[in-house]
Amino acid sequence: VETTLVSRRSFLRASAIAGGGMLLAYYVEPLKEVLAAQFGPPVTLLPASFITIAPNGAITIIAKNPEIGQGVKVMLPMLIAEELDADWSAVKIEQADLDPAKYGSQIAGGSTATPSNWVPMRQLGAQCRQMLIAAAADNWSVPASECTTSPSRVHHAASKRSASYGELSTKAASMPVPDAKTIAMKDPKDYRIIGKSAANPDIHKIVTGKPVFGIDHTMPGMLYANFEKCPVFGGKVASANLDEVKAQPGIKFAFVVPPGPDPAALAGGVAIVAEYWHQARHARDNVLKVEWDNGPTAKQSSELYATTADDLAKKDPGQTLRKDGDVDAAFASAEKVVEAAYSYPFLSHVPLEPQNCSAYFHDGKLELWAPSQIPAGGVSQSAAALGIQQKDITLHLTRIGGGFGRRLTNDYVVEAAYIAKQVGVPIKLLWTREQDMAHDFYRPAGFHYLKGAVDSSGKLSAWRNHFVSFGENGRFAQSAGLSGDEFPARFIPNFSQLCSMMPSGVPMGAMRAPGSNAIAFVMQSFIDELAHAAGKDPLQFRLDLLASTPQPLAPPPPGTPIAFAPVPYDAARATAVLKSVGERSGWGKTKLPKDTAMGIAFHFSHRGYFAEVAEVRVTGGKQLKVNKVWVVGDIGSVGAINPTAAENISQGAVIEGMSHVMGYEITIDAGRAVQSNFHDYPPLRLTQAPREIDVYFVKSDNPPTGLGEPALPPMIPAVTNAIFAVTGERIRSLPLASQGYSWA
Amino acid sequence: MPYKLTVNGQPQTVDVPPDTPLLWVIRDVLGLHGTKYGCGMALCGCCTVHINGEATRSCTTHITQAAGKHVTTLEGLSADGTHPVQIAWTEIDVPQCGYCQAGQMMSASALLAKTPHPTDADIDAAMDGNICRCGTYLRIRKAIHKAAEIAAKQTKESATAAHG
Repeated sequence: VETTLVSRRSFLRASAIAGGGMLLAYYVEPLKEVLAAQFGPPVTLLPASFITIAPNGAITIIAKNPEIGQGVKVMLPMLIAEELDADWSAVKIEQADLDPAKYGSQIAGGSTATPSNWVPMRQLGAQCRQMLIAAAADNWSVPASECTTSPSRVHHAASKRSASYGELSTKAASMPVPDAKTIAMKDPKDYRIIGKSAANPDIHKIVTGKPVFGIDHTMPGMLYANFEKCPVFGGKVASANLDEVKAQPGIKFAFVVPPGPDPAALAGGVAIVAEYWHQARHARDNVLKVEWDNGPTAKQSSELYATTADDLAKKDPGQTLRKDGDVDAAFASAEKVVEAAYSYPFLSHVPLEPQNCSAYFHDGKLELWAPSQIPAGGVSQSAAALGIQQKDITLHLTRIGGGFGRRLTNDYVVEAAYIAKQVGVPIKLLWTREQDMAHDFYRPAGFHYLKGAVDSSGKLSAWRNHFVSFGENGRFAQSAGLSGDEFPARFIPNFSQLCSMMPSGVPMGAMRAPGSNAIAFVMQSFIDELAHAAGKDPLQFRLDLLASTPQPLAPPPPGTPIAFAPVPYDAARATAVLKSVGERSGWGKTKLPKDTAMGIAFHFSHRGYFAEVAEVRVTGGKQLKVNKVWVVGDIGSVGAINPTAAENISQGAVIEGMSHVMGYEITIDAGRAVQSNFHDYPPLRLTQAPREIDVYFVKSDNPPTGLGEPALPPMIPAVTNAIFAVTGERIRSLPLASQGYSWA
Repeated sequence: MPYKLTVNGQPQTVDVPPDTPLLWVIRDVLGLHGTKYGCGMALCGCCTVHINGEATRSCTTHITQAAGKHVTTLEGLSADGTHPVQIAWTEIDVPQCGYCQAGQMMSASALLAKTPHPTDADIDAAMDGNICRCGTYLRIRKAIHKAAEIAAKQTKESATAAHG
């Protein structure tokens, strides 16, 4: 095993939005640039950009954001339609192309769609409604203030007149746009659309097999491309047998692509372009031979990272993230002290639709059909790699066969753009599954060295966490960070959150609930350990912890954009979801067989509070069955905006958490990912899924926030805490398959 | 060399190398995009079609194995979404991203064709080869039971119509 780690700076520069506020605060400097590039300058949104009302009353509403399965394509139009007071049955939804000057930010990431659009989308609807009222008032020569609306109609009660939105639409379009800031909006008790389940606008296309995904896009004369990169991260092509590849049936082009100005956006490789995709794949699998210049990462491995982490843990931490009270004195006087080392592996996102993008470059202009979570990044990075202006790029948003954060990076978009420019005909780039798993921006592995204590009253009195992560020069690698304020910070009087970093050549990035998807496992498991050390019920121990008066929040680093400043932890909200999940699951009251127990955990991320209970049966020592799961979330005042989608995505978060628990692990060996397909990187299957997942939303007096991510993190420790409750074996590393466990 | 097969009731002749997977014949040669590519190793079930009524992974089925046979893809269940499985998937609102659902629906419709009233154990056996990365499994199970009800009702109605 090599004992030194070399650096590769290019991968450490943020190229994607990581996720929730607390985590983002750690990337202030690069993030500023990222935000400017991806959100663009602030734009004034106009109702006419989003809403079209035909004279026959048909209403078309633009869905601006990328749809990755999170339901945003219906959710944002619901907000507009509610305040427009539209007849929802007459609403047709259309997907926008990328046009930030018209639509503002168009991003699927960080569970940001709800908090950042809750007000502006409703304002657009309300403005349009006011314009329809103004048109009617003008027609009838009555004050606008005397007019009311019912679904898609304006009424003037005193004169008993009414007109449909369709009749008023032409005139309304010429009315002045009212000031968004002062426009009146509905009392939430009058909502007819928000809070009612709405159908997926693409459901008919999905169930009849119509082309909706990026991979389905076709163009006349289109060729199919594959792109082979060095299996070692950061490696380059030294030479390739291109002539032999070109001699294969159907192969139209084969060429070496040099690394682009940003190798994280365009790594070097070999492009093969064929009449049919299978021909390109066949040539790649059976004929292509490449001499790779592997570069320095070839010396790195998961084993090296683990031994390096152990070494670093024995030394003084590189940084103190937070310090309260006197930890050492508290340990010295503690009733019980527990020490434990926790770790988790790299993960690959594996969206089921492999990476793909269609592109056509002609007459100096580029057109892209891209399944991208940050399409604006695809445009800016393609412009840089091709040496063209962003204004010469048009990008169409397709439905996306799963995001999970993988498509926050646009590497496959830039590759398609580059290949299209070289060949001058329309192309569709498609990766194989193996290429997807070999060239991800992985969820970072991490190592936590913990020490905790309980005092004679059974209270958590001291906590020390030495977190060993990836990074350089005091800056964490992408999504490899930890906030000093991460819970249970502030709720323990003697507390220290410390970190050390090691460099790595592995590309890293945000994966659904970045940071939180690993941190919740560590923190909620160790809290569970301390609850047992204290002889307390795990739920009550957590409630007691939340009941203590919190230490002050650390000030955010200077220059943090307000939208991404740390969100203060609200112990009352955390307490409410914990109590609710306890009641719903019958925690402590349900008589279970000896081989079955419940585990509990909670976590705050992406502005949402979630508590979850998993009932787990353990047989034969290591065979697991998750019988039932209870999810309680607080995502603000309306609960679920679209209940059917909210239940679906919350159940999906639970299922994904179970994949983390059992099967997901990317091992790095000789600078490359070992796992290659679903046989050695298994997502949970139907037979392994719980038969029941109860999802409930507590309503609180807070603005609605996102749901794509925060339901996932607590599921992992809820399962592992339940295993401990049955067997007494504490799970301190993931995944379980590598420790002899399997699903029953 | 040319191979003859029937796809969704239409006779087709395709001229491709013998080791071409049926999946890519369906998608790239015949231009039917409902059938999806997910893994290429018969591990995820995205590419499931029926060959002579049997649910089959088209990504590992060479064209030679499909020649002369009847292939049904999602488009062949019904073009207008009226197959019981399509109705149930819509009513239960099964999909999240929707990418795996073509394969799920083809496995489910093959199951229901042979076992009109499947038990949960039947569903486990028939559906375990289909991965849903978004985790819609609870709704998939529910939708299969629902599709069985819809199909039973349709059969009863058509029987009543025939006798009435």
